[in-house]
Amino acid sequence: MQPKTSFFKAMFAVVWKDLIAELRGKELISAMLVFALLVIFIFNFALELDPKTRSALTAGILWVTIIFAGNLGLNRSMAVEKDRGCLDGLLLAPVDRTAIYFGKSIANWIFMLIVAMIVLPIYSILYNTNIISPALLLVILLGSEGYVAIGTLLASMAVQARTRDILLPILLFPVILPVLIAAVKASAGILSGFPFSDLQTWFNLLIVYDIIFTSVAFMVFDSVVEE
Amino acid sequence: MITIIEVRNLIKRFGHKQVLRKLNFSVQQGEFVALLGSNGAGKTTLLRTLSSLSKPNYGEIQIAGYYLPGQSAQVRKKLGVVSHLPLLYGDLNAEENLKFYGRLYGLSDFQNHIEEILQLVGLLKRKKDLVRTFSRGMQQRLAIGRAIIHDPEVLLLDEPHTGLDQDAANMLDTLLQEIASRGRTVVMTSHDFPRVANLATRFDVLYKGIIHSSKFAKDLPQHGLLAYYQSIVDEIDAGGENQDAA
Repeated sequence: MQPKTSFFKAMFAVVWKDLIAELRGKELISAMLVFALLVIFIFNFALELDPKTRSALTAGILWVTIIFAGNLGLNRSMAVEKDRGCLDGLLLAPVDRTAIYFGKSIANWIFMLIVAMIVLPIYSILYNTNIISPALLLVILLGSEGYVAIGTLLASMAVQARTRDILLPILLFPVILPVLIAAVKASAGILSGFPFSDLQTWFNLLIVYDIIFTSVAFMVFDSVVEE
Repeated sequence: MITIIEVRNLIKRFGHKQVLRKLNFSVQQGEFVALLGSNGAGKTTLLRTLSSLSKPNYGEIQIAGYYLPGQSAQVRKKLGVVSHLPLLYGDLNAEENLKFYGRLYGLSDFQNHIEEILQLVGLLKRKKDLVRTFSRGMQQRLAIGRAIIHDPEVLLLDEPHTGLDQDAANMLDTLLQEIASRGRTVVMTSHDFPRVANLATRFDVLYKGIIHSSKFAKDLPQHGLLAYYQSIVDEIDAGGENQDAA
């Protein structure tokens, strides 16, 4: 035994724990997935769009689905820690508390990406259009990173409140608007076949927001979880 | 004797409510201290502050030579904390829970150590079972295993008997006695007087955010712990304050 706590060791311990627990309980991904599929189905049947209009709306529908499903996941991921007092268990570890934040963030990011990877082919089949492309996957990767970076921080804040289920979307959605706009614009451009150079601004914006959100969370997480 | 916990003039407020009021408290290495008090006396707040989960508004806290809140990571290395919630993950088995906390505490090559801990808390045969299938008593024993995984110098226990039936509480007592006999310092809050009377070596009365009295087990009056506590509380309520030194 060597009682020396490393940042990365603690961070990966949190990721490992969340993945194992999810593999067993399947609470988070199943809830996110069912919700995402329901949103896609509802859009499909409610809007009854012609193929041209439908393709113009694809990016928006896709991101609304990902964002709303992600909100469920973020809420649940922190609620599990709070309800059994496990958040205290994490905070008692002699480790930089941002390691816990990054561990939770990475696990949430993985869950969101899994849901997105299942939703994309289903969307393609349902709307009879192939939307899967490496560029779109890159947008989803960048967009969801920004989303979980700030989402995990705000979920740690909201989980302390009795009204956490309502509080998280109220706090989160206005803040992630720039990421959402950039992700929708970049996705729409890719689906319309625009060259990458025309979309670079949106990619740059996504990267900048990812960096800003991650840095802000890194700086303030300790204060957010402190009593 | 070495002083392992030293608290001076500790104040903790929640909004306008002052929960700990210039509290002074010290514990010597190897002592088993029971903090006695009714609901709302400040027991949990004191333990949360000592364990660095809650920041003090004022005062000085020194644990195992490190100061709070400035050296909280070093303090956390020296502490094991058990609350009335087990702080365990139901979807992980007993072994995985200990493995997870071991990693958080920076331990490596600790498989044998985990087995020893599971043996100590009497759960070695159930190590592969999910914690959500455990009874409350088993979860609480595993919670103690979690708290001592990194071999802490000080064990802080916040009402560890809450929700346990008689048998489970007795098993927990045996485990705590075993841990204390290994030379660890234990501070435990409780309002279950008959139970702590047989466990602790010192009894401190925490009332309205101040420790008013401290007595060693051997100095307890013949009429017992409850009568001692009641006499202190009555005295305070009547306007006086008993400030016996430990």
